[in-house]
Amino acid sequence: MRLVDTQHVERLRTLATAIRRRDLQMVYDAKLGHIGGDFSDIDILVALYFSVLRVDPNKPNNPDRDRFILSKGHSAGALYTTLAYRGFIPLDELNTFAQPLSRLNGHPDRKKVPGVETNTGPLGHGLPVAVGCAVAAKIDGAAWRTFVLTGDGELQEGSNWEAALSAAHYKLDNLTVIIDRNGLQQGDFTERTMHLDPLAEKWRAFGWSVREVNGHDYAALLDVFDQLPFEWGRPNCIIAHTHKGQGVSFMRDRPAWHHRVPNAEEYAQALQELDAQGGEHGSAL
Amino acid sequence: MKWAEAIPTRFAYGEELVALGHELPNLVVLEADISKSTQTYRFAKAFPERFFQMGVAESNMMLVAAGLATTGKIPFASTYAVFGTMRACEQVRTFIAHTHLNVKIACSHGGVTPGNDGVTHQATEDLGIMRTIPGITIIVPADYHATRKLVRAAAHHVGPVYLRFTRDPVPVIYREEDEFTIGKGKQLRSGSDVSLIAIGDMVAIALEAHEQLAQRGIQADVIDIHTLKPLDREIIVASARKTRRVVTLEDHQIHGGLGSAVAEVLGEECPTPLRRIGLRDTFAESGEYRLLLRKYGMDADAVVAAAMELLQR
Ligand SMILES: Cc1ncc(C[n+]2csc(CCOP(=O)(O)OP(=O)(O)O)c2C)c(N)n1
Ligand SMILES: [Mg+2]
Repeated sequence: MRLVDTQHVERLRTLATAIRRRDLQMVYDAKLGHIGGDFSDIDILVALYFSVLRVDPNKPNNPDRDRFILSKGHSAGALYTTLAYRGFIPLDELNTFAQPLSRLNGHPDRKKVPGVETNTGPLGHGLPVAVGCAVAAKIDGAAWRTFVLTGDGELQEGSNWEAALSAAHYKLDNLTVIIDRNGLQQGDFTERTMHLDPLAEKWRAFGWSVREVNGHDYAALLDVFDQLPFEWGRPNCIIAHTHKGQGVSFMRDRPAWHHRVPNAEEYAQALQELDAQGGEHGSAL
Repeated sequence: MKWAEAIPTRFAYGEELVALGHELPNLVVLEADISKSTQTYRFAKAFPERFFQMGVAESNMMLVAAGLATTGKIPFASTYAVFGTMRACEQVRTFIAHTHLNVKIACSHGGVTPGNDGVTHQATEDLGIMRTIPGITIIVPADYHATRKLVRAAAHHVGPVYLRFTRDPVPVIYREEDEFTIGKGKQLRSGSDVSLIAIGDMVAIALEAHEQLAQRGIQADVIDIHTLKPLDREIIVASARKTRRVVTLEDHQIHGGLGSAVAEVLGEECPTPLRRIGLRDTFAESGEYRLLLRKYGMDADAVVAAAMELLQR
């Protein structure tokens, strides 16, 4: 276990609050987006982009970069904001989210946005593509790693389980799936929609090495990423326990906030809550 | 016809399903986590014991629907059109069409009506894909009233049906008392200068173009082909014989859908100069629905231009 650098953790936390704030602004201005799922995975994205992924915004196509695939492509807002804060796209460009003919569409497009490895939006495709990336790294004996972030409702797509089989078969210990286990999907709670539990046992049975972590606790997230690969010869699965709408009290764990856009009053209250968490300072980082 | 009073056709689907639920005890509904979008949540509320939430798993849903149909149930399986026709394509082709099972694949978010959700959610190849599969009836209603009547007709029709609805609102062009028969097109305007043959949300655009052409003294025939398959060949050939000029309108690629179907009929029975309005072998951008129609030459101005070009030949 690595020593927790409390200053670094605090920096990430503040940054994540700033990213939530900017994402909220963006969704409010565009009048569309998926704020609930964004807020559930922003801490994971921040941990990845600011502490884990070996990527260089100045060389987004560097062949030796770590690959990251956002399988839950409806969280494009969270990804764009994180990419902007990490320097892949200008911060100003976030104003163009979902505007006609902008690069920042409702779902990410690899032909348009630097740092985006594949197009997503239709659920259940990210992990199979990530398997392809990881196999390529094995063929080439390359050191770069592949990460993929999926939703939990998304796991109901059978394609994920076909990919899970193949990743274990090809012993892809260079592949890590992070599951945003917020317990909610579009219409309802996952367990009321289509049971997923016991989830960790399923992945273990498919041949993966599994860790569970609080997906909003940076010390815990960094610690678990630090342990990669968990076991030689097995793909890695991190079940990140999260809350949809994390950061805003009235959005947290509420199904309606999957893709609701806040009205003026809700927007003001949400900003106030994020500011109380230090969100207004984040842009200075 | 007013855009201000437009209604998404998926709303009519949701309402008609509930009405049908009361009449047809064998009718069951399957859904893949988007029942607010597809409007099947209305049926789920009224008949929870006949509503099956299958989760985000469209391919499985289609096959479960097939299984239900083998026992005499009448399953309506709903999702977005891209997923219903593409992700679950082989399931539909081999286990619903080839088996000729009584499954209704009822999908919202047809054409570019999902607008800002972008290509991943826009279904612009679905009609071509479904049309090449033998034995599936394909229905794309133009407005709210047409949808209610045609959903009802589909429920009573025995055999696989693909229905496609809009996400975004489209103008109401029919009256509540208008009747529809599967496979019979609707003659909406009569004119002898040019034929405007349209499907789904593009019927409203054809009517707009008809107005603009009338202001120039040009009388257009306007036909609503709500059933792409089986296609009403007679109404198409009769109109083409009369006008000698045809423009097709579809919210779809110009390949494989209505334009292709009409070209095939005209080529075989009555060769006629033809212009096709639709996406020209390109994916659409993300953007608001009507803005996309304009950008891709699918609005009334573009239809008028195509008609004028045919008239000036
Ligand atoms: C194949 C497919 N079916 C349906 C949808 C519509 N959809 C978008 S998000 C979503 C729910 C996803 O839930 P989950 O994976 O848990 O994501 P999160 O809770 O993190 O938002 C659905 C059904 C889709 N994008 N793709
Ligand atoms: Mg979820």
